[in-house]
Amino acid sequence: MIGVGKIKQYTNVLDKPLSKGRQEVSLSGFAYLFSELVQYNQTQVDNIGELEKRLEDAGYAVGVRVLELLCHREKGNRRETRLLGILSFVHSTVWKVLFGKVADSLEKGTEHEDEYMISEKELLVNRFISVPKDMGSFNCGAFVAGVVRGVLDNAGFPAVVTAHFVPVDGQQRPRTTILIKFAEEVLRREARLG
Amino acid sequence: MAAIYSLYIINKSGGLIFYKDYGLAGRMDTNDSLRLASLWHSMHAISQQLSPISGCSGIELLEADTFDLHCFQSLTGTKFFVVSEPGTQHMENLLKHIYELYTDYVLKNPFYEMEMPIRCELFDINLSQAIQKDRVAYLGR
Repeated sequence: MIGVGKIKQYTNVLDKPLSKGRQEVSLSGFAYLFSELVQYNQTQVDNIGELEKRLEDAGYAVGVRVLELLCHREKGNRRETRLLGILSFVHSTVWKVLFGKVADSLEKGTEHEDEYMISEKELLVNRFISVPKDMGSFNCGAFVAGVVRGVLDNAGFPAVVTAHFVPVDGQQRPRTTILIKFAEEVLRREARLG
Repeated sequence: MAAIYSLYIINKSGGLIFYKDYGLAGRMDTNDSLRLASLWHSMHAISQQLSPISGCSGIELLEADTFDLHCFQSLTGTKFFVVSEPGTQHMENLLKHIYELYTDYVLKNPFYEMEMPIRCELFDINLSQAIQKDRVAYLGR
């Protein structure tokens, strides 16, 4: 076996120290894996709505784990309990760990009190993906929306999260907006906390 | 005058999967471009067999009075070739760059089916940028 004797061997996986993080994986490797994930799910569904749902569910599982890991690694086993706190946690900490950068913007919806938007000029998962015209407004960012929903849901902020393409003036490519609509109970709790 | 007349990409069985022309010279209709693609595929294969050198990878450059044809074949047998003005330099680099764009924006796209015609918006955008850059560099030379 390569490397035996150089790295300390742990018989129990729980004895292993958590890695420090900030380790990057190959973008090509990720792109092929993600492409394969989309292609596999495409064979399992009848319509685009279902495909979106399946990608979101795949992302949700990532979100659950990311929240657990980051609360331990970055926050000393504490987690955000306030709305703005958890949103900025997603926008900066989660985004930095997953995509190597802070998200381009975090805004509050103008029309509804319970809506927030995270926008990215070019979402990492969409870097190499061109959606065919006949698939309409389908966005592979559904996966990232799932990650966000996974983090929020497990931090006690149930929400509906969706990914949309938004055209930008003077740009050939639309940007991707992750729309977060919190459940009523979350806003009521926020109001009570003041 | 434009340096590049047209760009072709053919799959490993000789089918044309991408065609784009730039400028007026050497413009072809769909049938002619398909014919040229399959003709080139066969000629390329024959040249490999006829070559006196063993391990020959096929024609890389065809020089004619009115045009040059530069060809690049990837390891998997996909061929990229450009028809350009006679004497145009640095086409190998451009072809390699186009190959790179193909691996990025076509092969990593989950909605692309292998060996089928290429219809990827991102590939088109990045390709026209690459050609534009090449053209600017050409005018500067």
